[in-house]
Amino acid sequence: MKTDMVIAGVGGQGILSIAAALGSAALENDLYMKQAETHGMSQRGGDVQSFMRISDKPIYSDLIPKGGADIILSVEPMEALRYLPYLKKGGYVVTNSTPFININDYPEQEKLEATIKALPNYVLIDADRIAKEEVGSARAFNFVMLGAASPFIDVPFEYLEEGIRKIFARKGEEVVDMNIKALHAGRKFSEENR
Amino acid sequence: MQKSLLLGVEAIAQGAIDGGMSGVYAYPGTPSTEITEYIQHSKQAKELNIHSDWAANEKTAMESALGMSYAGKRAMVCMKHVGLNVAADCFMNAAITGANGGMLIVVADDPSMHSSQNEQDSRVYGKFAMMPILEPSNQQEAYDMARFGFELSEAFEIPVLMRITTRLAHSRAGVARSAEVRVQNELKLPKDKVQFVLLPAIARKRYKMLLSNQEKFEAASEDSAYNAYTDAADKSMGIIACGLGYNYLMENYPNGECPYPVVKISQYPIPRTMIQKITGECDKVLVLEEGYPVIEEILKGYLEKEAVIGRLDGTLSRDGELTPDMVGRALGFEIEESLEIPDIVAARPPALCVGCSHIDVYKALNEVIEEYGAGRVFADIGCYTLGALPPFNAINSCVDMGASITMAKGAADAGLIPSVAVIGDSTFTHSGMTGLLDAVNEKTPITVIISDNESISMTGGQKSSAKGKLEAICEGLGVEKEHIHVLLPVPKKHDEIKEIFRKEFEYKGVSVIIPRRVCVQKNVRDQKIKKANIAKAAAKA
Repeated sequence: MKTDMVIAGVGGQGILSIAAALGSAALENDLYMKQAETHGMSQRGGDVQSFMRISDKPIYSDLIPKGGADIILSVEPMEALRYLPYLKKGGYVVTNSTPFININDYPEQEKLEATIKALPNYVLIDADRIAKEEVGSARAFNFVMLGAASPFIDVPFEYLEEGIRKIFARKGEEVVDMNIKALHAGRKFSEENR
Repeated sequence: MQKSLLLGVEAIAQGAIDGGMSGVYAYPGTPSTEITEYIQHSKQAKELNIHSDWAANEKTAMESALGMSYAGKRAMVCMKHVGLNVAADCFMNAAITGANGGMLIVVADDPSMHSSQNEQDSRVYGKFAMMPILEPSNQQEAYDMARFGFELSEAFEIPVLMRITTRLAHSRAGVARSAEVRVQNELKLPKDKVQFVLLPAIARKRYKMLLSNQEKFEAASEDSAYNAYTDAADKSMGIIACGLGYNYLMENYPNGECPYPVVKISQYPIPRTMIQKITGECDKVLVLEEGYPVIEEILKGYLEKEAVIGRLDGTLSRDGELTPDMVGRALGFEIEESLEIPDIVAARPPALCVGCSHIDVYKALNEVIEEYGAGRVFADIGCYTLGALPPFNAINSCVDMGASITMAKGAADAGLIPSVAVIGDSTFTHSGMTGLLDAVNEKTPITVIISDNESISMTGGQKSSAKGKLEAICEGLGVEKEHIHVLLPVPKKHDEIKEIFRKEFEYKGVSVIIPRRVCVQKNVRDQKIKKANIAKAAAKA
C-alpha cells in the first residue's frame, strides 16, 4: 500500500484541508505518512503545493521525487500542469476545471482544457459546480476533489471518510455529513468519467 | 499510544513542552514561526505556565532566553536563519558564558530561499561559536531532540544549537510522544557567581574552558544515538549524510539497504572516529548536506587532495536544497524524465492581497516619486516588499530588518534628496528605531513611511510589538511632532496622502508618515474569532 500525491493550488484555496483529512486517515489506520507543505510568502496568492505520501512501510523523504507521483490532485487547472514533471508514467492528473485568475497572463481557457485533455490519464471535474449544486456548499469543493482522486489512492475509501469525520468532528454532524457527501459526489464523477 | 500528526516545527515545540521548558522566546520568521505559535496555543503549555509571548526581535529573544537559563530554568529561543544574524552578538557570547538551566537555540534555515533573502547555513554559526549542534532528520528526531538538547545543554553547561531546514519545518508526520512530562527546573542561580560576567579576565578563562570542552562535545557526538555508522560491502564509495540528506539517500533504496557504508550525522561536532573509518575504508566519499558544503569542505581540504565529492565538484548543485532525484543522480541512478511543464503555464508570484493598505500607500507614493525621479525608495522586510513586483515596481531595496531607514539615511548623506524609507510597524520596532535615532541626531533629510497594518502579517498576523506605540516612539526619539503624520490609507484619501508625501519630501529634516489600517487577513481572522466568541457566550447564556 503506497500512494504519492502532489496536491496543488493557489495560496488561500485551502489545499491543506485535503492533506489534513488524508493525514488523519493514515494515522488512524497506523499507516506511515509524510506531508510537506508551503508556508510563508507564497501563501499570498502564489502557487502552493503539498507533497502527500502514504505507505504501509516507513517513508524517508518528505519530498516526492520527480517522476514519482501517482496522482496530481489540483484544485485549479493551470496549477495541475505546473507539477507534471512529478507525475509517474501511468499516473493520474485529477483537476478542478474552475480557474483561479489573479494574474494577467493566465492562459486561454480552451488551450488550457485542450492541454489537460491531451494527457494520457486525467479527470477534469467542475468541483465548484458540483459542490454548489449537488452538495449544497461551495466550500466543500476541496472534498469533491479528494473524492475525485480517491479511486487512484491506494487507501480504503472508508479511511478517507474516517479522516474527514475526525478533522471536522468538532464542527458538528452537519459539517461532517456535508463533506462526506462531497467526497462521494467527487468519487462518483470520477468513476463515471475516468 | 497513538501518534500525533505534527509538523517538524510543532514536534520541536511539543518536545520542548514535554521536556521541562519554562519559556520560549522568539520573533516570527518563516520557517520557524509555528514553533512558538504551537506553544502559544497549547493548553498544556498554558497550564504549565510556560512563557511564550513574542519578543521585539531575535536579539532580545535570545538574551531573555539566556536570562532564563541563568536563573536555572530551561529556555528555548527560536528564529529563522537570518534572525541569527540579529542575535549573533548574544549567540557568540553565550557560548562563552555557558548555560545554567538548559538552553536550546532553534534556528530554521531556508535553503532554496522559499521565503528568505539568502540561504546561509546555521551550522557554520554553530561551528563559529563552538557549540554542539543538533540536526534532526525527521519529525520524531525533532521531537526527541528538544528534550535531549536541554539535557545536553545542562550536562555540558552550554547552549545547544538545533538547526532545521524548511522541508522538515513544514512537513508533517506521525510522532510518538514520551509517556512522561519532565517537571520544570526550580529557580537556581549559577554556582559560579561570575560565570556570566564577561570581563576580559573572566572571559579568557571561560573561553579556555570552551576550548577544552570541545573534546567532550566530540565524544558525545561519537556516542550519540543520532549518529550512526552502517557498514556495507561495496567500498568503492562511502556516504556521509547529514540531517535530511540521509532521507534523500535512503529514498533511493526502497528496501532500506544502501550498498555503500554510510555515516548518518545528526549531532555535531563531527564524530571523528566514524569519519576516519569511512574515509579510510572507502575509495571516495560522497557528502550529502542540506545547505552549505560544511563537512565536505573540511574533508576535501583547501588543496583538494582527498577524494571527496558533493556540492563543491558539481556532483550535487552548489546552491539550493537537496531533492531525492538530485541525490539519486549523484548515486548513479538514471532518473526517468517525466512530462515537461507546458509552455502555457504562467508564473504566479505572490502578491499583495485585494484591499491591502500597502497598495494605497504605493499608489500614492509612486505618483509623487515620479515628480522627483525614481530610484530613491528603500524598503524593508515584510508584505510590503511585494511592492517590488509589478504592477508597483515601487521599491529599490530590501536587504535586512531595519535597513530601509539607515540606507535612506546613507543615500541622503550622499546627496540623494529626498530619500524615502518604507518599513512596516513590526519591522520598525524590531530594528528600525535605532536607525531613526541616527537620522534624528543628524537631522538627515529623509521621509520614513511606517506602513502600519497593526500586525506581523507576512508570517500570519502575529501580535506586533509596535501596536499603539508608534507616534510616542517617534516623538520620544526626537522626531518633531509637526512632522509626524498618521493617515488612513484608503482609495478616497489618495490625493490627501499624496499631498502629505509631497510636503514632507520637501522638509529638510526627519519626517515620519504613518499610514494606518489593519491587515485585511488579520481583520478576517479577528472577525471570525469575535463571531465565535459571541456564539460561545450565547450558547452559555
